[in-house]
Amino acid sequence: MSKTIKNLKQFSTANERFEGAHLLCPGCAHSMIVRELMNCTEDNLVLSTNTGCLEVSTAVYPYTSWDSSWIHIGFENAATAVAGAEAMYNAKKRKGTLPNPDAPVKFVAFGGDGSTYDIGFQWLSGAVERGHDFTYICLDNEVYANTGGQRSSSTPIGASTTTSPAGRVSYGEKKMKKDIVGIMGAHGAPYVAQVAPNKWKDMVKKLQKSLETEGPCFINAMSACTTEWKFDPKDTISVSDVAVDSLVFPLYEIIDGKELNITYRPKNILPVRDYLGIQGRFKHLFKPENQHVIEQWQKDVDARWEYLQRREEARV
Amino acid sequence: MQKVGWDEVSAGTILDSFSQEVDNSALVRPEDRPYADTNSYTASVADWRVLKPVYNRDICIDCQNCWVFCPDTSIISRDKKMIGIDYDHCKGCGVCVEVCPTNPKSLLMFAEQDDNEEALSQWPEKKKKGE
Ligand code: SF4
Ligand code: SF4
Repeated sequence: MSKTIKNLKQFSTANERFEGAHLLCPGCAHSMIVRELMNCTEDNLVLSTNTGCLEVSTAVYPYTSWDSSWIHIGFENAATAVAGAEAMYNAKKRKGTLPNPDAPVKFVAFGGDGSTYDIGFQWLSGAVERGHDFTYICLDNEVYANTGGQRSSSTPIGASTTTSPAGRVSYGEKKMKKDIVGIMGAHGAPYVAQVAPNKWKDMVKKLQKSLETEGPCFINAMSACTTEWKFDPKDTISVSDVAVDSLVFPLYEIIDGKELNITYRPKNILPVRDYLGIQGRFKHLFKPENQHVIEQWQKDVDARWEYLQRREEARV
Repeated sequence: MQKVGWDEVSAGTILDSFSQEVDNSALVRPEDRPYADTNSYTASVADWRVLKPVYNRDICIDCQNCWVFCPDTSIISRDKKMIGIDYDHCKGCGVCVEVCPTNPKSLLMFAEQDDNEEALSQWPEKKKKGE
């Protein structure tokens, strides 16, 4: 059963289940997202995490930061691990061997964009196709931050990373960001959504919906990364605000692979330039010879917004 | 707690969150939990800080913006009231200060070595429009 969370005051009465003294960077959005998830429900949680920043920082021997059952296995296996736990839970329930069969339990997997878009994609796709009752949350910081900032297939065009460095001959990453939300929607999953932690109300609503929905749900959570996006740790929320208000990270949901709903329409749409200008990873784009990349960015964001609005209207 | 070398750790390790069984941690307040010494709650990252947030209760409106966005579970709120900062777990990122909406802010960053009472005595006045 999800709790009713009408406002922040009420939300703040939650008993935290994600503990401090984890070793994520100061200002990291990963832990904001995890806290919002763990505080939006009182159900028991069975959690798994792929290799990545979240995993290496929250289970540094001899400490765990998790107050719920949590497992880490391989880089690709968060979805598989939680799907296995869910299948075992159901088998034990059928056989009548669960000690507490009526306690509500939710199964949730966390992965970064490296493990979700790239390394663990096949396993995620399989678990969704098999129809396990779980929620997969991708903490999308658009880079392999844990291993020193290599590009992933989520890295957007123009970003300078250690494997797509900007310099004399290159403006950084050449490829477009993969449309993971569209891909997961195309699986026909009952609930797929994109969220951002700064829009906490929208995010909590979608997280609760994914927990309540039977079957596999997918959430792509924007996770602004102070270290690799190169902004001051105190600015995580303001950078995230510009990301959603410039429509670089539009907030929407897809139900049963068909019905698309845009859940946040900025009152003042900001130019993409504003978003790029506040992050060190895009600094070089402001050189005269790279202006075309900024123009391309704006065109891509406009086209994407047009596409989302048309899909919303078409209901197909 | 006794620490062991990397080659003494068994392959696959279970770390306990609590030293006794807790039925559902979502229903137990942190102060009532039997934290195990393998729970990071018992550890401290205070030495990460260069700057620290100082909290001014007199101006705070208990909006809980700081609570929801703190990445380190370090804003302590009980019964819808913000009651203080957990200096064992706060890393001094400054997010809470940025999101605090009051004028002047109810949270401000000071040097780690500054005295909190002294910081409170130097709190800025309310800013006028356009300042
Ligand atoms: S400075 Fe950062 S870690 Fe410390 S209380 Fe504020 S938001 Fe939390
Ligand atoms: S954000 Fe500021 S006003 Fe709101 S609860 Fe925190 S300290 Fe108080």
